[in-house]
Amino acid sequence: MRVAAFATRNHKEIVRDPITLLFGIGLPILLLGLFSVMQKNMPFALYEMNNLTPGVIVFSFSFLTLFSGMLLGKDKSSSFLMRIFVSPLSAADYILGYMIPLLPIALLQIFVCLATAMFLGLPFNKSILFMILVLLIISPLYISCGLLFGTLFTDKQVGGIFAIFVNVTTWLSGTWFELDMIGGTFQKIAQLLPFMHAVNAARAILHAEYANVFYSLIIVIG
Amino acid sequence: MINIRDLTKLYKERVVVNQLNLQIHQGELFALLGQNGAGKTTTIKMLCGLLSPTEGDAIIDGKSIVQNTQAVKQVINISPQETAIAPNLTVYENLLLFSQIYGYEKEKAQQQVYDKMALFGLAPRQHDKAKTLSGGYQRRLSVAMALMSNPKVLFLDEPTLGMDIRARNDVWNILKRLKGHVTIILTSHYLEEIEALADRVGIMHHGQICALGTIQQLISETGKHSLEEVFLEKTEEALL
Repeated sequence: MRVAAFATRNHKEIVRDPITLLFGIGLPILLLGLFSVMQKNMPFALYEMNNLTPGVIVFSFSFLTLFSGMLLGKDKSSSFLMRIFVSPLSAADYILGYMIPLLPIALLQIFVCLATAMFLGLPFNKSILFMILVLLIISPLYISCGLLFGTLFTDKQVGGIFAIFVNVTTWLSGTWFELDMIGGTFQKIAQLLPFMHAVNAARAILHAEYANVFYSLIIVIG
Repeated sequence: MINIRDLTKLYKERVVVNQLNLQIHQGELFALLGQNGAGKTTTIKMLCGLLSPTEGDAIIDGKSIVQNTQAVKQVINISPQETAIAPNLTVYENLLLFSQIYGYEKEKAQQQVYDKMALFGLAPRQHDKAKTLSGGYQRRLSVAMALMSNPKVLFLDEPTLGMDIRARNDVWNILKRLKGHVTIILTSHYLEEIEALADRVGIMHHGQICALGTIQQLISETGKHSLEEVFLEKTEEALL
């Protein structure tokens, strides 16, 4: 009851700021469209839909980091968080209250990106259903990063940190290019972080390579 | 209602609250005065369970802030210095949220919301988002949110900071109506606010209470003409 009330509040705070929300959904759609056009004009297969879609959806989760970080940062700056800490909400209630409302937004991002990808040529099969599940498991990673930023920084700082975060995590995830193309230290760093494994898990499930899914997913969850 | 015993807070070597001893009675409006950095906010944070004391304890409504923080949280609430409202929620939703967080069932919670909106004159703005309210209305909402749990003890940290005269007067009138029903601990830099509202005053300096009593007692004890003169003398003396 308490967690539900707090989670509902957090959900309303996010969805009642439609410009940010639209950006978080609109940009991945735009990227899917742009890269599909690029693929058509390329002599080799780099941005095929079945390779690109999982990466773009994981990229869209970066906005979950922004949403959760900004919300927590604002609550901290306005002392709203002080009210919450004074209330009988436990630490678990408080963390769940911030995480739960972002899961439906993650699901919305997944559906919108998948619908766009299928419109652009991604064939529908049962692996897509499994991928939805895997992506939902991945999404708390990005929500948690936002909560960490919101805890450490102010809401204004979170905006700047997000700009760095979204670039670094996307480069290190192998969404736009194969990490083998750079190799060396860059690739080693990418392997130590969970973002590449998140994209790999989503790609593996879409390609029905189930053995690879668990290895990547365990690293993400860990 | 509140019994503070040797309450101490140290940040590394720096003593912020030093062996504080104080009793606050049920239904009393107690004003805690002090310069910036005197230890007021740290004291309130310890009493609210937001900070752990380095030493000492406080008993609020029979419950220890050290040993039974969760039980203390059921009987207290706070209106922080900032307005601390949910900006994209309506007035009604803000109030309902805090009623539900404190465990009230929906029907009871809704009744509470209507009662508090009537008390604070918020009913005409109930469907407006909190961020669209004026500073005065936001402050009223902030205090109303703190009362949604029906606390026995209410901490008000600078409740009229930055408010115009009319809005400040409105909040004063609401606080006067609460006196006797809720134990209120108020911090403020506005001495006329303290004179208008407080039953007793404690002046803090360097983490200790250096003067305690009613305003009349403090004035007669020091031979001064106003609370401001008392305040200046007590804080100056401690500096020397």
